Amino acid sequence: MEQFLQQLINGISLGSIYALMALGYTMVYGIIKLINFAHGDVYMLGAFVGYFCMTFLKLGFFPSLLISMVVCALLGVTIEKIAYKPLRDATRISVLITAIGVSLFLEYGTMFFVKPDSRSYPPLTGFLSESYSLGNLVFRGKQILIICITIVLMALLQFIVKKTRIGKAMRAVSLDRDAAQLMGISVDRTISFTFLIGSALAGAAGILVGIYYNSINPLMGMMPGLKAFVAAVFGGIGIIPGAMIGGYFIGLVEVMVSGYGNSMYRDAVVFAILIIILIVKPSGLLGKETREKV
Amino acid sequence: MPILTVNKLSKSFGGLMAVSNVSMELEQGELVGLIGPNGAGKTTVFNLLTGIYPPTSGYITLYRNNKKEEIQGLKPYTICKKGIARTFQNIRLFKDLTVLDNVRIAMNKNASYGLISSFFHTKSYGIQEKEVLEKSIELLRILKLDHKKDELAKNLPYGEQRQLEIIRALATNPCILLLDEPAAGMNPAETAQLTEMIEWIRKNFNLTILLIEHDMSLVMKICERIYVLDYGMVIAEGTPSEIKSNKRVIEAYLGEEMGNA
Amino acid sequence: MKEFVKTSSKNRWLSLARKWAVLLMIYVIVQVLISANIINDYIFSTFVTVCINIILAVSLNLITGFTGQFSLGHAGFMSIGAYTCALITLRYSSQVGFIGGLLLGAVLAALVGIFVGLPTLRLKGDYLAIATLGMAEIIKILFRNVLEDLTNGAAGLSGIPQFVNWTWLFIFTVGTVVLVSNFINSSHGRACISVREDEIAAEAMGINSTKYKVMAFVTGAFFAGIAGAIYSSYFYYIAPDLFGFMKSIDILVIVVLGGMGSISGSVISAIVLALISTYLQSFPELRMVIYGVLLILIMLFRPQGIMGSRELSLSVMKKWIQGIRRRNGGIA
Repeated sequence: MEQFLQQLINGISLGSIYALMALGYTMVYGIIKLINFAHGDVYMLGAFVGYFCMTFLKLGFFPSLLISMVVCALLGVTIEKIAYKPLRDATRISVLITAIGVSLFLEYGTMFFVKPDSRSYPPLTGFLSESYSLGNLVFRGKQILIICITIVLMALLQFIVKKTRIGKAMRAVSLDRDAAQLMGISVDRTISFTFLIGSALAGAAGILVGIYYNSINPLMGMMPGLKAFVAAVFGGIGIIPGAMIGGYFIGLVEVMVSGYGNSMYRDAVVFAILIIILIVKPSGLLGKETREKV
Repeated sequence: MPILTVNKLSKSFGGLMAVSNVSMELEQGELVGLIGPNGAGKTTVFNLLTGIYPPTSGYITLYRNNKKEEIQGLKPYTICKKGIARTFQNIRLFKDLTVLDNVRIAMNKNASYGLISSFFHTKSYGIQEKEVLEKSIELLRILKLDHKKDELAKNLPYGEQRQLEIIRALATNPCILLLDEPAAGMNPAETAQLTEMIEWIRKNFNLTILLIEHDMSLVMKICERIYVLDYGMVIAEGTPSEIKSNKRVIEAYLGEEMGNA
Repeated sequence: MKEFVKTSSKNRWLSLARKWAVLLMIYVIVQVLISANIINDYIFSTFVTVCINIILAVSLNLITGFTGQFSLGHAGFMSIGAYTCALITLRYSSQVGFIGGLLLGAVLAALVGIFVGLPTLRLKGDYLAIATLGMAEIIKILFRNVLEDLTNGAAGLSGIPQFVNWTWLFIFTVGTVVLVSNFINSSHGRACISVREDEIAAEAMGINSTKYKVMAFVTGAFFAGIAGAIYSSYFYYIAPDLFGFMKSIDILVIVVLGGMGSISGSVISAIVLALISTYLQSFPELRMVIYGVLLILIMLFRPQGIMGSRELSLSVMKKWIQGIRRRNGGIA
């Protein structure tokens, strides 16, 4: 029982990371129907920026987190402007190929500059290096931090989406781009803003992972990126609460498979979930079927 | 002799009843019109007839070769093989292929050689390909589009694109042809040409034709009978003159188009 | 009308004979150069890489370019061919074993293609892409972990007997290109293309789109299996990580650069990219950065790639030359 609860805690921590990334995927897909392959690499760069801030600039965690999020936000907007915007009316396959190109560019470009070896985050002090026990359960300070920050960010996101004008614009553009434009909404700015928030969340996830697992490398974004995408699809692609649910679900599944089964299979299980979802209910848990008009 | 009967056909999408208890009958060789205001469900009826989606309830029965067969819910390619062909409201040609290839694809039934023949271009491949090629060119020639056979479909002028859609449907050797707004976007001269063409193919290809159209001059001129749809239901049925003076129909259209016919 | 068809049939024979003559010449010339050791092992290994990539690109093009099904898991099929052939030749090291292993590998890849294709091919565009990617990853994990006793897991199989020589390479590469081209120029090929162009219209014209999608997928998988078997029977060593997402992307880049829907485009771009890779061998990261930028640039400025959906032929080349002459002030 205790092991189960312990795994639960681990799963929720990992799930928070996936949820943060899945949100970026789902928002971008909701608004321009693109699977942003490069999203995992923005996350990776978030981790590297955090590493850079904490190791070389000797900044504390929170300033580093902020800088990470800002840098990633700007990166996301830039990528959109250069690579995706010109293809907004092209076929989905074209944009997908472009996204793959951006992903390769970021991964190997980073590798070219920082060499493929893993780096370690500097040792953490204070709260972050602590562990707290409740009976036989161990809560690491890092885990509490991840969960708290994720909750704060998700609450912030919900606020933006539900209560602000730009949030309303995001929802409008994802429902019907032309109608939104006719209503006076600047589609370009709304899309840029979506990328901005999504990438900021990915950046946060990156630095949190750097703190949690300690080691980062230029190719670290690929697998988690794919899994976060599976999470977004599971919850219902394009649906924000879905991404949150999906993220935690995948995180828990992965931890449970590792803990109770064989950690070798955990990737396979996640992909199997993807295949099953796509076959059984492609619109995801919270999704609704849409029909092509003939 | 009926060739197609539709019995209490209904289709709902979520809560919306797009087609409601529609019953129709087509006699062999007839040219029947299906009209109604926008959103009445006409194209949905076509989609149900051609298997794009299954009906929520109701039956569609095809009478062919002295047999009757229920075809509702079957897949589109099966229904096509049984002899029902269609054109689309928003032209769905194979844009990046030539006129000739558009027709050849529809003639696929005539190329029944297997995979091995495809890979190795055997003798049966050669013979059947030649046949398909000749038949396709001949069909294009009869319908006066053979001079453009190597032109890409997307480069054709609009009127010829619509013409090609009809030719392509004919290539599947149907007994029933469903035309979805074939005259949409055409000027009066083109419409007149189209009218002639429809009459001509009905006779020479021994077809039964069901026609959705908004252009009343076309409908009144060539349809022998007309069904009128509104809000998914049949509100009237009869000859053109009967329909013209039908109060309910005039109401549904607010009298504008009827007055102009 | 009949006249038109008859003369074109004689022309067909002539152009066919011409093509085979050219191919035979290429085969003989290269064989001579190899025997004279002018083409040494190093150069020949580049040939092998080019030919494997041609087979992979042409087979992926069939699925993605001609039938419009975006598959990101092609390397998975390659690995099935590679492992099957390797495991067989490690036990039965002979020409028969090699050919048997190769054919078995291709057939197994095709079977997996059916298994993967049937449930996933109803998905569209990006969803299909991710599903195929997932499938390939699952296959990789199978070879790495589940079948560890058989495949030696992550460490891979080494000491695979080398049976691939120029003759086999030539036969399989030319064979793949010819067979796939023939398929394209048949009723089945046209049906596949119609599915790409407009699936709903194709169905309305009597074409069972699922059948043809699976047909293209399985055929592509078959030839990818052959490519994998050739790989393992030349390069001595295979490991699961060689056949991951990166490999699938490699093949995708070749197809996109050459033109989705052009066989000759795939051949040309396979050669070009193999040369670039060899040139950049000492800078592997740079190569991938260039690939990434290449993909972006192609999609932004020339999405149809080098050849678009046209094929290289004497008439096309004549038109190009005429076009150039005209532009330079000459009279065509």
